[in-house]
Amino acid sequence: MNLADLSSNLLYVAFIAYLIATFVFGGAVKGNKEGTFKSEKRWGRVAITITVIGFIANLGYFFTRWGATGHAPLSNMFEFTTAFGMTLVGGFIILYILYKTPVLGMIVLPVALLIIAFASMFPSEVSPLIPALQTNWLAIHVSTVVIAEGILAISAAAGLIYLLKVVDLTKRSKQRFWLEAIMYSLVLVLGFVVASTFFSATGYEAEFTYVDKEGADAAITYSMPPIFGMNEYVALTDEAMTPLIETPALVHAGKLTTVFWSVIVGTVLYWLIRLISRKRIAALLKPFVKNVNLQLMDEIGYRAIIIGFPVFTLGALIFAMIWAQIAWSRFWGWDPKEVWALITWLFYAAYLHLRLGKGWQGEKSAWLAVIGFVIIMFNLVAVNLIIAGLHSYA
Amino acid sequence: MENLQCQCGHVNPPGTKLCESCGRSLTEKDQNSKLVDMRYEGTARRSQTYNKSIIDKIWNFFSSVKVGVSIIVILLIAAAIGTILPQQAFVPATTETAIQEYYADTYGSIGRVYHFLGFHDLYSSYWFIALVGMLAISLVIASLDRFVPLYKSLKNQRVLRHPSFMDKQRIYAEGPGAEDTLQKAETKLKELKYNVRTDKNGLLAEKGRFSRWGPYVNHIGLIIFLFGVMLRMIPGFYIDESLWLREGETRAIPEVPGYYLESKNFELENYSGEGEEEVFGEALDRVGTVAKNYQTDVVLYQKPEDALPGADDSQEVVKEFPIRVNQPLKFDGYAIYQMDYRLDELKAMTFALTNKETDESLGELTIDLIDPEDTYELESGSTVELLGYYPDFSGFEDGEPQTATPLPNNPGFLVELTTPETPEGETSFITIQNTVEPLGENDYKLAFQSVETRDVSGLTVRKDSTLPILGLGGLIFMIGVAQGMYFNHRRFWIQQKADGTILLAGHTNKNWFGLKKDLDQVVEHASLPAYTDQQDEIDKAEKAEKEGEALS
Repeated sequence: MNLADLSSNLLYVAFIAYLIATFVFGGAVKGNKEGTFKSEKRWGRVAITITVIGFIANLGYFFTRWGATGHAPLSNMFEFTTAFGMTLVGGFIILYILYKTPVLGMIVLPVALLIIAFASMFPSEVSPLIPALQTNWLAIHVSTVVIAEGILAISAAAGLIYLLKVVDLTKRSKQRFWLEAIMYSLVLVLGFVVASTFFSATGYEAEFTYVDKEGADAAITYSMPPIFGMNEYVALTDEAMTPLIETPALVHAGKLTTVFWSVIVGTVLYWLIRLISRKRIAALLKPFVKNVNLQLMDEIGYRAIIIGFPVFTLGALIFAMIWAQIAWSRFWGWDPKEVWALITWLFYAAYLHLRLGKGWQGEKSAWLAVIGFVIIMFNLVAVNLIIAGLHSYA
Repeated sequence: MENLQCQCGHVNPPGTKLCESCGRSLTEKDQNSKLVDMRYEGTARRSQTYNKSIIDKIWNFFSSVKVGVSIIVILLIAAAIGTILPQQAFVPATTETAIQEYYADTYGSIGRVYHFLGFHDLYSSYWFIALVGMLAISLVIASLDRFVPLYKSLKNQRVLRHPSFMDKQRIYAEGPGAEDTLQKAETKLKELKYNVRTDKNGLLAEKGRFSRWGPYVNHIGLIIFLFGVMLRMIPGFYIDESLWLREGETRAIPEVPGYYLESKNFELENYSGEGEEEVFGEALDRVGTVAKNYQTDVVLYQKPEDALPGADDSQEVVKEFPIRVNQPLKFDGYAIYQMDYRLDELKAMTFALTNKETDESLGELTIDLIDPEDTYELESGSTVELLGYYPDFSGFEDGEPQTATPLPNNPGFLVELTTPETPEGETSFITIQNTVEPLGENDYKLAFQSVETRDVSGLTVRKDSTLPILGLGGLIFMIGVAQGMYFNHRRFWIQQKADGTILLAGHTNKNWFGLKKDLDQVVEHASLPAYTDQQDEIDKAEKAEKEGEALS
């Protein structure tokens, strides 16, 4: 077994450990019917042990891959997103040590699992670095950012738990709608994973040529049945289905097709869950948060941002600027990724200032924390895949 | 407005909420509330006190956190709008009209509207810069409005506070105490690294006051940073030039007096996927070629200031350096970056003057495409006179050949060929693969023999004297943020009344869990009365009330 294989096996180990820990955390919370914290504590300890084992395996993945590629594995969509899943768990472990809250694990770990699964849908082979990335600043800048984002995301998890507890699901309200929307979007990510896995397992491929928005000829390989065709497409694969709709050059029909399939599969999954359980997903989770101490969740959410914000400033702005000055001759160039890092930073700065005032703690803070996570994910996914720029490395 | 005299006799400036000396609430509202508002220690902030003149109004506007947050949110949304379509700097068009057309052609009506609203250059628009300016003003005013009174108040704190101040603190306890309770509490608090001051029957223990300055320190950092960014508008602080340098060429570095740069070689290397790079094989198969290195080997020369213009021999070699991405050439506050390249630009073309009938050559000539000569004398006594040179020939206009750019992409030559046999000369227009004879059939032609090419490096010349200021701003910001966020200001007031009753109050600006952990240790050690978290009590009462309502 070479280093690269060892690395991916360690990632599997981490994945499975997190999966098991999720259920043990859930059991620790759910099994605690009387609301005493004894059994919760005992099972919580088992769960955190499994989580830590998984995290160590995850770190093992990271460093063996570093050894195999010869550079910090933070250079493409697969590597960065996997690292984000890892730091999310790392952030959780830190806050678990501080506050001993199994319910946090029950929410964070499945999200981390989703993120790692999402990452695995991107090409994961060992790839070489382009000249701009050949520097130690890759490891310094990106690792600081990914650690900061992992910690900041914990505040969203705490916020989500807060909302699950306080939002009244028996009455129609904006809060109930948006809370369920969060659950739905998590299921959509699962939909993407399921769709990608299914089509790649069946070996689906369809090649096309098309004319891009600059008017040049280009080629594309679909890995899902092409619902949308590229601008002036010509099929190269005979047995491929004919796209139903041809899009203008501005729209990347290949990506749109992936989104379409993810939404279809995700929505089907979502309604299956709803039909079988006859409940909203939020309502399914509600019993788990019955004994949650709201003040503690608010504190965890705030604490996570307090820890994460300075780290984010350092990694995503200061280190980023230093590297940009060295590699691109200017420390700031309004590249979309840079702008969205600034937006993230401004958002958390606004959060910290709002919390100075009365009335912004509790539920409002919880919503803000969740929005912060949405911005982070937007910068990770949408800015890479939709808005092209210097940072488009997927 | 008048000064406020407290019952204790202390005279407080107008607008004070809690007496600077004893801590009594000075307003009726505060007197009736269950807990005191400890923000800024109940001091008189200018913005909360005066609201008459226009200056007061401006001050109050910018000192408001709400206004500050609103500016942040507007900036955030504006920044996001700027990423919907690429900014003009990332668009392959340079002139105003070309840019406008590009947005319209590529993005249709959305692009037209985007360009019309000026969003294609959003971050340099006046309104965006004005917003940043407003944020800076807000940073300064909001900080001053709070820092000055807070600093004074914390500096002049008294140990003994009025019981009405203490029982309105979130953490409060009242109960019997022993004779040595205060002393024991003092010992334990000192052990926990608190600064303890005593006065008569009371003590004030304090830890981490410096964390209260964190927000102001980080705001100073941001102001320094923004100041640095502003400085670059002043000439001399900032240089951003590009320099295209051909292999073998030496050029004066633009905006850098006295320095010259020569390119020895440009190299583009791709990953081969062989040998050590075998691990990358799979990835390379998928994406095709991946660049491994862009490098220009340069020599930096300096000409002494007293050297005569044009005297090349006085140049001194300063440095030989391979400029690569991430490894700029640095000298004397300047830096030169590898940014771009053009491979195989035409350098020189060699022709043979040939008799069309016999194919006999009368000799060869090589034309330098950057710096061609006017006439070329051949050994046979023939001459080739270059009547016109069109480096990037783009067609004829009114019978005149035109050049699109000054770069030798598609050279065209208008030549007069004179041989011993044709002393009156023959005119010919030559481009790659094509010859036109405008004045009738010629006997001789220039037959293309060979071409020399070379690479061109696209370099960026940069000087940014604001960097140290920006770095300082960033450093101060980080110190301030860490100071304010990773530390907190904890205080305990303990008093023992004449009858032995202990009054205890505690306050922190954040992390009440940490405060309680400290207090638990002190309570145990000094057998202090059990404390309550009055905020929790209030929350619980409110909740019970709500539930009661729901039930009824």
